[in-house]
Amino acid sequence: MTLAAFFFYFFAATALLAGVNVVLQKKTVNSAFSLIVCLCAVAMLYVQLDATFIAIIQIIIYAGAIMVLFLFVIMLLGRGPESLPSSLNTGYVAVPLGILLAVLIGQAAARYQSTTPAESAAPSSISAIGSELFSNYVLPFEATSILILVAVLGAVILAKKNP
Amino acid sequence: MIPLQHYLIVAAALFAIGTIGVLVKRNIITMFMCIELMLNAVNLTFIAFARYWGRIEGQIFVFFVMAVAAAEAAVGLAIIVAIYRNRETLNVDDANSMKW
Repeated sequence: MTLAAFFFYFFAATALLAGVNVVLQKKTVNSAFSLIVCLCAVAMLYVQLDATFIAIIQIIIYAGAIMVLFLFVIMLLGRGPESLPSSLNTGYVAVPLGILLAVLIGQAAARYQSTTPAESAAPSSISAIGSELFSNYVLPFEATSILILVAVLGAVILAKKNP
Repeated sequence: MIPLQHYLIVAAALFAIGTIGVLVKRNIITMFMCIELMLNAVNLTFIAFARYWGRIEGQIFVFFVMAVAAAEAAVGLAIIVAIYRNRETLNVDDANSMKW
């Protein structure tokens, strides 16, 4: 097994186990920390796919900013273990359905035949992303700023004391 | 080099785990985190295809997905705080009636 294959399987297994742990943990805080592990493992897969910039912003924005926001809310509203009775009932239906979903998508993915050679190197540097972002995708990029402005206003209004 | 299919299968498994989590968990914050897990699985698919087709557009899309996810997390957590303030619960089964 080559080094690249070892790293792929190691981080893929880490991501999947951490993902399962997110669902299995009873305490919300433990789920959040598991999710951080999962996000970092997926970021390492991004590094393997030559998407270093995306890997960095995955760690900074997702594992950093978003998950810290989650942890703030979890600790602000801090409750004990969640009540389980209703979740067990749905589990009997949801788990087989979810496994069926994974098998169906996985089977479709396994049958996929790539038409282009895998060796074609992607232009993945930050400058390539930046020039693409500010030439072909400048309108979505500017729309994103409006979206975030609206999200900030919405969050302030929703979380206000007496709406 | 790792075949593209392996990345797609990992992403499919992550997406299914997120789906199971949304269906099984009753805590609204945990359900929200499982949605983030599903978003992440789709991002992995985007990056894998971008690498194997030698295109940059997949990474641009992931960039936008992350921006939308950040906005979604801010608004969603504000809604969770508002629900908790009104109903004193995080269980979605206790918040199944709308105002009107």
